[in-house]
Amino acid sequence: MSLHVDVAVTRGRFTLDVAFDVPGGGVLAVLGPNGSGKSTLLQCLAGLLVPDRGTVTLGGRTLTGVPGVQVPVHDRGIGLLAQDPLLLPHLSVAENVAFGPRSQGASRTRARAQARAWVREVDAAELAGRKPAQLSGGQAQRVAIARALAGGPRALLLDEPLSALDVDAAPAVRGLLRRVLRRTHVGESGADPDGRRCAVLVTHDPLDALALADDVVVLDAGRVVERGPAKEVLAAPRTPFTARIAGLNLVPGVAAEDGLHTSDGRFVAGVRSDDCAAGEPAVAVFAPGAVAVHPAAAPHTGSPRNVVAARVASLEPHGAVIRLRTVGDGGVAAGIAADLTPASVADLGLEPGSAVRLEVKAASVAVHAAVESPSPFPAAEP
Amino acid sequence: MASRVVPLGFGSRRTRGRNPGLPWVLWIPACLALALVVLPVVGLLVRTDYTRLPQLLTSDAALSALRLSLVTALLSTIVCVVLGVPLAVVLARARGRGVRLVRAVVLLPLVLPPVVGGLALLFLLGRNGFLGYLLDVVAGVSVPFTTTAVVIAQTFVAMPFLVVSLEGALRGGGQRYELVAATLGARPWTVFRRVTVPLLLPALGSGVVLSFARALGEFGATITFAGSLEGVTRTLPLEVYAQAQADVDSAVALALLLIVVAVVVIAVARPKAFDR
Repeated sequence: MSLHVDVAVTRGRFTLDVAFDVPGGGVLAVLGPNGSGKSTLLQCLAGLLVPDRGTVTLGGRTLTGVPGVQVPVHDRGIGLLAQDPLLLPHLSVAENVAFGPRSQGASRTRARAQARAWVREVDAAELAGRKPAQLSGGQAQRVAIARALAGGPRALLLDEPLSALDVDAAPAVRGLLRRVLRRTHVGESGADPDGRRCAVLVTHDPLDALALADDVVVLDAGRVVERGPAKEVLAAPRTPFTARIAGLNLVPGVAAEDGLHTSDGRFVAGVRSDDCAAGEPAVAVFAPGAVAVHPAAAPHTGSPRNVVAARVASLEPHGAVIRLRTVGDGGVAAGIAADLTPASVADLGLEPGSAVRLEVKAASVAVHAAVESPSPFPAAEP
Repeated sequence: MASRVVPLGFGSRRTRGRNPGLPWVLWIPACLALALVVLPVVGLLVRTDYTRLPQLLTSDAALSALRLSLVTALLSTIVCVVLGVPLAVVLARARGRGVRLVRAVVLLPLVLPPVVGGLALLFLLGRNGFLGYLLDVVAGVSVPFTTTAVVIAQTFVAMPFLVVSLEGALRGGGQRYELVAATLGARPWTVFRRVTVPLLLPALGSGVVLSFARALGEFGATITFAGSLEGVTRTLPLEVYAQAQADVDSAVALALLLIVVAVVVIAVARPKAFDR
């Protein structure tokens, strides 16, 4: 079932205007910060919101066509897996999973059999008799996955499905999602790619996008600012905005033979990728882990090619490390992220306002061609 | 010397941790409030003539008033549920400008003196009221001063209690479960039956108890709209009022009976709101 979406919605000063296709069996990740229009997009797809203009078609069937067609939520064949598992608290695990087939008219016996198969599929067979209140977060989300799939949706919407889980539970559920999304339906022939279920995954976590999706679109302020195969877009972000989502530092400028010139006259040494010729608009990309942080007064050691003075803006835990962000006098030094261990933050006596020197080895900086259309983000321009 | 560790009990809600400091000033008005509720009941208990109690309570008038009260309060509670649940769902879920106005109107009986409610019902369903006239001419039915009128009066005053507690629960719970059910292919009626109603049951429990209690104690609207005919419309509160002018001991005994019924209702139904 291929999904074709082309919708526009205006709410007050906010306008969402996006178009994309997801082929049968494909998974599209939609990345974007809060307020970028992700939820509005999901509401349009699920049928909760009628767009001002546009169409949503699934497997050739028009679900939304403005004006005129608006298929109600229950008849769209679009399943939803939200951040919160939302298992019906008065029903057992098995009854929750059987809810979809039963609501669609399957007999009690048949619905129960289908539920059993799906509960087994998500490795939750031993939980079948429990009530949702007796499940851990990860278990509940497994059951929610089984329930969503047991409804036999022709497309599945996943709305930040892992973000409510704790660090220990998320990887297993991500693995399960990968298994069920990347494979054909239980009991479905699967030979015809157009008969396969497609999925739209809304997330802010690049890891989810990389693990689950074929393609990504990046939304900002209601528009698609970047799109392409997940791996390529996230490994080589072309806008500062995608870089921030991907957790990478990004400095725009013009490509040089062995690096990049920024608009404020700095030179960033780096490794130029093949897709990018000297003199073209480009971006220098480097990971927060590649940034070394020294007190401003400390003597230089080694020979890093890129050195810049900055001030600490914030220090926040980020998984096992502390992510430092900088403020600078505009230009390159502003908004750079660096990862440190808690011990080195303590050793260096860092706190917001501390003057620091950032060093990045040239070998850790990749220079990629920037998006061809003029970027809507005049980010680090003075 | 080992230092003693004092558990603070922040961990779970069940842990009876120490109070992090209740201002002692609160105890004074709190005790006054409690006294205001408890002392009148104590006064009633003290005033009761216990030797005549069995005889007073088993008099024909008392028994028929009790029976009438229980039957009408039960009927009006059923009407409240059958009509009030859909009303609460519509008020909580429907969108539109009129909904806010309708909500205000639904709450009217809560703030209106019941006597006024009774008068309003009389002018609607009485012989001269427009609906009453219609019923009289078309079907030959006269509602006022019948047991039906008692049920209508009680429903009028009790329904808002049910609607308000249900609507609060519906709004608090949001529509997320309903949405998920719909994405699983459940039609609106299936969603209502299998999701909305089951999730509403706890709130429905306390709403039912509240409206039953309110119906049981109804006086003003009943006496205005249904009168005080023994065996037909004279419910327990009306009987208490009638006896208070003739035989005070009997009135006190009946009042005691009402209190016992109220306590039993609370104990049996034990809605969550009262069970903390």
